[in-house]
Amino acid sequence: MKREILLGDEAIGLGAIHSGMSGIYGYPGTPSTEIFEYVQRVTKADGDIHAFWSTNEKVAYEEALGMSWAGKRALVCMKHVGLNVAADAFMNSAVTGTNGGLVLAVADDPGMHSSQNEQDSRFFAQFALIPCFEPRNQQECYDMMFEAFEMSEELSVPVMVRLVTRIAHSRAGVATRDRRPQNELDPSKEIKKWTLLPSNARVQYKHLTDKQPELLRRAEESTHNELRLAGKSGVLVCGLADNYLYENLESDHDLSILSIRQYPLPAGKVRELVDHVDELLVLEDGYPLVENMVRGLFGLVGVRVKGRMTGEIPRTGELNPDIVREALGLPALPTAHAPQTELANRPPALCKGCPHTDSFRALNEALNIFDNPQVFSDIGCYTLAALPPLEAVHSCVAMGASIGMAAGAAHAGYSPAVAAIGDSTFSHGGITPLLSAVQQHVNLNILVLDNSTVGMTGLQRSMSTGQTLDQIILGTGIEEDHFRIIEPTPRNHEANIEVMREELAYDGPSVIVARRACIEALKHGIS
Amino acid sequence: MVEKNIILAGVGGQGILSIAFVIDNAALDAGFHFKQAEVHGMAQRGGAVQSNLRYGDSEIYSDIIPTGSADLILSIEPLEVLRYWHFLRPGGWVVTSITPYVNIPDYPETDELLTELAAFDNIVMVDTAHIAKAAGNLRAQNMAAVGAASELLDFSEDQLLGFVEKLFARKGEKMVAVNQRAFKYGRAAGLFFRGLVDGGMPRLAAIKLSAKLAAETIDPEHAGAWAEALGADENKLETVLAEKEAVACDQAAAFA
Repeated sequence: MKREILLGDEAIGLGAIHSGMSGIYGYPGTPSTEIFEYVQRVTKADGDIHAFWSTNEKVAYEEALGMSWAGKRALVCMKHVGLNVAADAFMNSAVTGTNGGLVLAVADDPGMHSSQNEQDSRFFAQFALIPCFEPRNQQECYDMMFEAFEMSEELSVPVMVRLVTRIAHSRAGVATRDRRPQNELDPSKEIKKWTLLPSNARVQYKHLTDKQPELLRRAEESTHNELRLAGKSGVLVCGLADNYLYENLESDHDLSILSIRQYPLPAGKVRELVDHVDELLVLEDGYPLVENMVRGLFGLVGVRVKGRMTGEIPRTGELNPDIVREALGLPALPTAHAPQTELANRPPALCKGCPHTDSFRALNEALNIFDNPQVFSDIGCYTLAALPPLEAVHSCVAMGASIGMAAGAAHAGYSPAVAAIGDSTFSHGGITPLLSAVQQHVNLNILVLDNSTVGMTGLQRSMSTGQTLDQIILGTGIEEDHFRIIEPTPRNHEANIEVMREELAYDGPSVIVARRACIEALKHGIS
Repeated sequence: MVEKNIILAGVGGQGILSIAFVIDNAALDAGFHFKQAEVHGMAQRGGAVQSNLRYGDSEIYSDIIPTGSADLILSIEPLEVLRYWHFLRPGGWVVTSITPYVNIPDYPETDELLTELAAFDNIVMVDTAHIAKAAGNLRAQNMAAVGAASELLDFSEDQLLGFVEKLFARKGEKMVAVNQRAFKYGRAAGLFFRGLVDGGMPRLAAIKLSAKLAAETIDPEHAGAWAEALGADENKLETVLAEKEAVACDQAAAFA
């Protein structure tokens, strides 16, 4: 049997390839990026799978839905907050249903290793009324892709595979299978299914709700949802939390355990467990979704449900074997007698020679004529400018939010309203708020940090850099006099401050593009 | 029964994932179960990074090593060891580079840091910068570190060297040779350090001496002679350290 060393993310990618996928779609975002990168890397040679980064997650989702419409299998992958961006297409794709298999692999980030929240995508699956698989190891990441594509085609429903950072970015040996051939082109002719006018949408939504008993039946019968009844103390454990449970159990334990890795939640199995036990610990890496469903608004009669809502598990943050050990009431393991020391933190920082450093040094100086100026910023390497020594930016909320928020602040009378955004984030979510601000003639200053790549996630291709970026910006109708381009270098420092000061003094929308390639990209010969 | 839990530690960009590649492949090749969790994304930009690597002959559940279960901390950077002390089980080992990576303003004094590390019983200290330079490329410090730890792993030197080759093959023969040399020098330096300590030399003295010897000449066979020659005598050590050039490892007798 062939075993390959794969990250959880890579196992998802290879599982999709071997399931006969014809296209992969996505926008880079930790911890999901490596799904796409893996497929891109291994299919480079044959070129029979469409693998090209999309401008944002919504576009990616719609492209994947189009491939499904055409009868072929598509995988769309993103991080949890990316699904917020794609939510419009995602929610409605559940109503249209699919033609070729459509699988959404979404990677959550409990503990916020590289994210601005730890939202739990299982809510989205529940919200959209679609099935969700939650693998606990790399082998299941691979295997579940086959099931997910099959189910999507058989029941005409998009299927979610939910990952968390710890499985996305962990490697193990994975046994692989033969590759299934891709589907032939077979476009859907069911016009009403795809045209969600209210009259059609009502019919389609009814179809979706009618599928629910079948989805539930499958979850009840799934081998991924295993119930083992033993003693009166029970554990309900979801996804990879299963690993943390078994890490701590001896083989002679007496716990009754229900492991869940396929949703909708199999109510029958949960009922069997609840009827058998006096107390129930719920372990899930994410929000207390299942915990709250089981407890309900008023609790269960005769069964104490424990978890994140009752303090046995911390309300926030990533699960780990230590937390689970304590929740199980087991004593902490002994540790080596090591010295207790004060330890200096080593936070991430901009690389030496990074163009962003020069941009923000100039911006800091240009703004020092104002009293405590605040700069709205965005998501990328340049968010690190919020930390010392630069401390140049003062917000980071959502992709593209810097421009919209600066506009709102300007509407309220705040001046100078300054936004700083990278070239790829601009293409993802910055174009529409810029268009809005220019058309409203808002008094704001936008600094677009064009380093020609998607830096933070590992040098993916940027959609709007160089001339493309300039043309987009000019296309919003901005006055040409207030569209400036600078090169952020130490040598240009004074001149760049001057440009920034001039535009800060202007009462209207202005855009300064700070253009210099990412030094990592140069090092890797990408730019 | 084999079960090994290793925390690989360092700073983003130092190459702990290359160490992981070598051990992962050796584990897979040996038919072990293994899991190896790593850090991607924001932290890679010069921040503290770690990887939890676990292998053994029965199923590995958690991708994360539980507190009190680490058998080994393998660090390419001395300060980073301190971040993971508490994961070590009683009797667990630390193998660390003594080459500081200073990219923060409040980095401690190197001497104080090394003194603190040297107070730990089960520690192997190696001067990875010294070794990597001798091997031909300062970036090979990660391979020097894994070489120094290799004796504590469950694979032969040849097995591991085979995966060093696989890792660097696409960068050409020269890079393969440099990195394999760094691994071998690192392995010798690790064993030499342990030999000195077992022979009665204080750990700080042992690492200072190791750093003074020509890396390509270090041979654990000579550890006993050096320990006997210098013992805990600081003046004798100072004499060695005062030499203008690097000292060959077989010259212990000259300093007795």
